[in-house]
Amino acid sequence: MKEKMGTTGLIFNEPLLWEKGSPGRKGLSLPRRDVAEAPLDDALTGDGPDFPDLSELDVVRHFTRLSQWNFGVDSGMYPLGSCTMKYNPRTNERQASIPGFANAHPLLPPSLCQGALALMYDLQGYLAEITGLPAVTLQPAAGAHGELTGMLIFAAYHKHKGKVRTRVLIPDTAHGTNPASATLCGFTAVPVKSGADGVLRPESVAELMDEDTAGIMVTNPNTLGLFEKNIRQVAAIVHEKGGLIYCDGANMNAIMGIVNIGDIGVDVLHLNLHKTFSTPHGGGGPGAGPVCVTRQLEPFLPIPRVVKEGNSYRLDEDGPLSVGKVHAFFGNFGILLRACCYILSMGNHLKQASQYAVLNANYIKESLKGHYHLPYDQPCMHECVFTDKLQQEHHVATLDIAKRLMDHGFHPPTIYFPLVVSGAIMIEPTETESKETLDQFIDAMKQIAREARQCPDCLHESPQFPKVRRLDETAAARKPCLRG
Amino acid sequence: MRYLPHTREDIEQMLQVVGATDLDALFSSIPDDCLRKKEMNLPEPLTEWELNGHMDHLAAGMGASPACKVFMGAGSYNHYIPEITRQLLLRSEFFTAYTPYQPEISQGTLQTIFEYQTLVCRLLGMDVANASMYDGASGLAEALLMAIRVSHRKKVAVSRAVHPLYRKVVETYFAPTDYEVVELPVGVDGRTDFSGLKDLGELACVALQSPNFFGCIEDLESAGKAIHADKKTLFVTAFSEPLAYGLLKNPGVCGADIVCGEGQSFGIPQSFGGPGLGMFAARQPYVRAMPGRLVGKTVDRDGKTGFVLTLATREQHIRREKATSNICSNQGLCATASTMYMAAMGGTGIRELSRLNRDRAEYLKASLAGAGYASAFTAPTFNEFVVRFPEGFSDTWQALLKKKIVAGLHLAPWYPELSDCWLMCVTEAIDKNDIDGLVKEVTR
Repeated sequence: MKEKMGTTGLIFNEPLLWEKGSPGRKGLSLPRRDVAEAPLDDALTGDGPDFPDLSELDVVRHFTRLSQWNFGVDSGMYPLGSCTMKYNPRTNERQASIPGFANAHPLLPPSLCQGALALMYDLQGYLAEITGLPAVTLQPAAGAHGELTGMLIFAAYHKHKGKVRTRVLIPDTAHGTNPASATLCGFTAVPVKSGADGVLRPESVAELMDEDTAGIMVTNPNTLGLFEKNIRQVAAIVHEKGGLIYCDGANMNAIMGIVNIGDIGVDVLHLNLHKTFSTPHGGGGPGAGPVCVTRQLEPFLPIPRVVKEGNSYRLDEDGPLSVGKVHAFFGNFGILLRACCYILSMGNHLKQASQYAVLNANYIKESLKGHYHLPYDQPCMHECVFTDKLQQEHHVATLDIAKRLMDHGFHPPTIYFPLVVSGAIMIEPTETESKETLDQFIDAMKQIAREARQCPDCLHESPQFPKVRRLDETAAARKPCLRG
Repeated sequence: MRYLPHTREDIEQMLQVVGATDLDALFSSIPDDCLRKKEMNLPEPLTEWELNGHMDHLAAGMGASPACKVFMGAGSYNHYIPEITRQLLLRSEFFTAYTPYQPEISQGTLQTIFEYQTLVCRLLGMDVANASMYDGASGLAEALLMAIRVSHRKKVAVSRAVHPLYRKVVETYFAPTDYEVVELPVGVDGRTDFSGLKDLGELACVALQSPNFFGCIEDLESAGKAIHADKKTLFVTAFSEPLAYGLLKNPGVCGADIVCGEGQSFGIPQSFGGPGLGMFAARQPYVRAMPGRLVGKTVDRDGKTGFVLTLATREQHIRREKATSNICSNQGLCATASTMYMAAMGGTGIRELSRLNRDRAEYLKASLAGAGYASAFTAPTFNEFVVRFPEGFSDTWQALLKKKIVAGLHLAPWYPELSDCWLMCVTEAIDKNDIDGLVKEVTR
């Protein structure tokens, strides 16, 4: 296709829900009343919520129109760095909606939930094989929840060893939630500066590591899209002082089948199933953040755990050293199921997924080099980071470039992150984008670089095509209006 | 592989641009001693139809409704899900989008969340709601931590009638901190006993659940008065069945400061316990101490109304080491589902449905009482209640499983003092015939 992807279309206006409807309308049929009304004390009875009354079509049109104001992976390329917006296979939705799974109560007796337990048991095994860390909990409901679980394990482990440790080292190229996860568990987060090449220097870790430090939280590959190549030396330094290595595995999409995380000295790792294993992100969740650990740390994993005895499965509540429970039931089972289906349909092709993800990122990096400033000019993993340095002389900033991309029909990359790079533009194409799509994206980026020189105001005025133009975020924060 | 588009020609052309000889060369930045030696040992990839067969097989033995009659709630409820909710949710623009970091092309998600926040506030009688938490249990843990931040006190009291699994999660969150959790006992009527409150010292908050784990409707108004006798103590109300507030006085009217709970009842499949939806709301003055995302209304350059993520400085984005919580993602799609559900129900529908849930549960309660099985507690209940069964009922319960009936949840593992008690639940998905059938079976 020669024309650019973005264009204007018919966009409907749609009011807020409560500006629609009319009292007495109903959007669904209620079950027949087959029992008498039971009285309830007036002191306990309320008026019921002030919800608008709408017809079924009112509701359908409302949300259909709203959906059309959104950009999703199914709409177009969504190269949001560190978020791994790959294609979400449709078959997974079919599997998650099988009544046996969708309608299953979480407290069913074991004889009536063998299928769900078997699936969880299998998934634990697959994740152990992929990461090289043998013991797995599926309970955490999101990546950051997995980080929290990891830090709880750190705390429980050191307490068991008889010494409460107070600090956790966190490199500046780690994910944004890491320090908060450590802080929640009572640790002080100690920042570690990365080296000039964008990766951790063992000397920096050696300087900070002591016997009051519980360990280190590394993101690998890190948020610059680089493999922490000194990880083994770092692990040796930390282990030497009795500390543990946590690896934020949000970027696992780059190294499936390439690196065995257990072999490189990592003790605890979380995975973002919604990223690496293709479950839909749903506008911000639900996700799932399983945690994989070494045999040594297995006793500290949350309970209950799925165990297999003969040909049947049961939940084991016994865990005197366990950190406890982090979710009311077993975690986001519906997400676990989708991820398991993805693994089952990929098998060892998971390695190819990583290879192509890395190929695509490097292809973009090489193709845009020179058009945009590349702060770390070296082979990248599954994402690459540019900056707005070359555009600044035309008074065009990262934000303008991002907004202009919308007019070209692409979701912008992650911007102003990682924080270690000023004006960062972090591009993660994922393996599911074809060469044709990458070429269109590269063309759009090059054209925007041209526009920055020739017509900077075109960029300042962007985006032009979406339903709304640039929004006043300062006013929103100064005088928050959080409900209608 | 059908999800991977590259042909051999594509790969060759791209490798040339990149300057790598083959795919392995792409990983040259990884030291040799970090490379995986052995291939992953995973099953052969399944085709789409093989996968269907495998999953159908696993699902076949599950005791799920409608084939199985499950009279069990305890934090997960079987309600009808309108087909429009299911289908609208599959609109892939909602479904395959991420956190709305770019508001101009995320207005669908943002307006939906703004509507969600508003409807949750209206349901619970609160001023501000966030864009959701993981589940009811972690929501309660976050509410207690928030009360500690607001009050600068370190001790919280939680009723023993709060869902035992929620209390376990709280325990986990509190274990590495120096904060203390004390328990409030349950009175003989099945409601929380406040008589010892004054002896507990300075509390950051007192947390109840209503309807509580036993299905009993707490007297929130008196509770609020007792708790607020100390002005610095916050009143936290949890719930696992939001549908109750179609009929009951909401926590806001009763003086609650923070309300949190599980929203699965509103259009979200039970799905073996997750994903659910952590609903979370508070009074206006506490908005900056709240965890989680918030969506706010604003205008664009042309003065048109639009929505953005706001007050993000509380989160990890800006001051990483100072963030008030580590929440990053939420349960966005589940919040969207519940918004669609609340919209389809409307005020009229939710009231009628709420009443029907209670009436059918009361019908079962009365039928069992008529057959000689009394309720364990006297307090009014919503759609679940505790009943005492004679010795040997465990065998009946096991026998009923073979007939595809799950006759409630045995309370013995959770409350040893209630070892002869079962927690029964009836929603609109169970009708009079099903109830009569159960009563006939247990009285056989």
